[in-house]
Amino acid sequence: MAKMKQIILDPLSDNNPITIQVLGICSALAVTIKMETAFVMALALTCVLTCSNFIISTLRNVIPHKIRMIVEMMVIASLVILADNVLKAYMYDISRQLSIFVGLIITNCIVMGRAEAFALQNPPRTSLIDGLGNGLGYSIVLIIVASIREILGSGTWYDIRVMPSFYEGNGLVMLAPGAFIIIGLLIWVQRSVIKKFEND
Amino acid sequence: MELINLAVKAIFIENIVLAYFLGMCSFLALSKKVETATGLGLAVIYVLGITCPLNWVIHEYLLKDGALAWTGNETLASLDLSFLGLILFIAIIASVVQFVEMALDKFFPPLYQSLGIFLPLITVNCSILGGSLFMVERNYNFAQSTVFGLSAGFGFFLAIVGMAAIREKIRYSNIPAGLRGLGMTFILTGLMSIGFLCFSGIKL
Repeated sequence: MAKMKQIILDPLSDNNPITIQVLGICSALAVTIKMETAFVMALALTCVLTCSNFIISTLRNVIPHKIRMIVEMMVIASLVILADNVLKAYMYDISRQLSIFVGLIITNCIVMGRAEAFALQNPPRTSLIDGLGNGLGYSIVLIIVASIREILGSGTWYDIRVMPSFYEGNGLVMLAPGAFIIIGLLIWVQRSVIKKFEND
Repeated sequence: MELINLAVKAIFIENIVLAYFLGMCSFLALSKKVETATGLGLAVIYVLGITCPLNWVIHEYLLKDGALAWTGNETLASLDLSFLGLILFIAIIASVVQFVEMALDKFFPPLYQSLGIFLPLITVNCSILGGSLFMVERNYNFAQSTVFGLSAGFGFFLAIVGMAAIREKIRYSNIPAGLRGLGMTFILTGLMSIGFLCFSGIKL
């Protein structure tokens, strides 16, 4: 049980997929202009990651080693198509705003990375937990970045006004450079807190 | 003229890395040295330039709503297979990468040596799949998607080589411990992206 707990808690901070493992950055930056899109994206990725880890781990003894990449790709791609179509059916507006980034979950390194690094060596139950943990770790970063960007950029949080009415949105935060710099600073804070440094 | 505009737009104004965040993973991981960055950049131009038009053909003649009309069969003509786009595009990309790798190995060994391990890595580079998806979303025609593929690749090349040059320069600078490596790279990318914002005023 303790091991399970560790598997799920580890990716939340000490081994966070975005800030420590440096996986899946692309979507983390692109969808964080608003809380709403970030939340939906985080949900979609967590679902896909949990399912793909589970399926790949169930199949791990029958997948021939040489073509494992293609098999993993196909499992992930099918799950992503599923997620994409569910979003198109039930949340059309958000799906339009996310544009191609739901499709890009396929090439999101987190999904592939966890399949390679964890699901291929571990039984389905632990892989499921690992997928969930990493999905949550990704979601936390996404939600923090999106909160900062939406509050500073348009003075709202989940479309509810939080800044005083005289506050004017900062346009730079909404643009690409703002996202890069915010995530850079976030990494600085997090690494200083958990004392995990890179020797570059 | 319209194609030149498209190229300028894809390289500078809507740079695939600095404005759309695509291909960030390899951008961050492989920008430590100019040499490796050049290798990866060239490989991306190459693969994007091939897969974009190829995926356009697949989309136009197999997947689009009513795309199978050329078969002359009515049931086939009424099919809309565009939901299969993702899976087919990624399969095409993976096989093109494999094929390019074999062809280079056979006919241009020096180029193959210099691209080395970067070619297989490109399959999971989101800028490649992103290029194809953008091309579908923006309804480009064949010529446009070829130009878009090549110039998006060139935009990636420009960004990653610039980044590698900056990182080589700052290697011995005294950076706060927590910012070392990834953190600093992000801030630099942010600054570079502000630089590229200057182009956004250009009317084309």
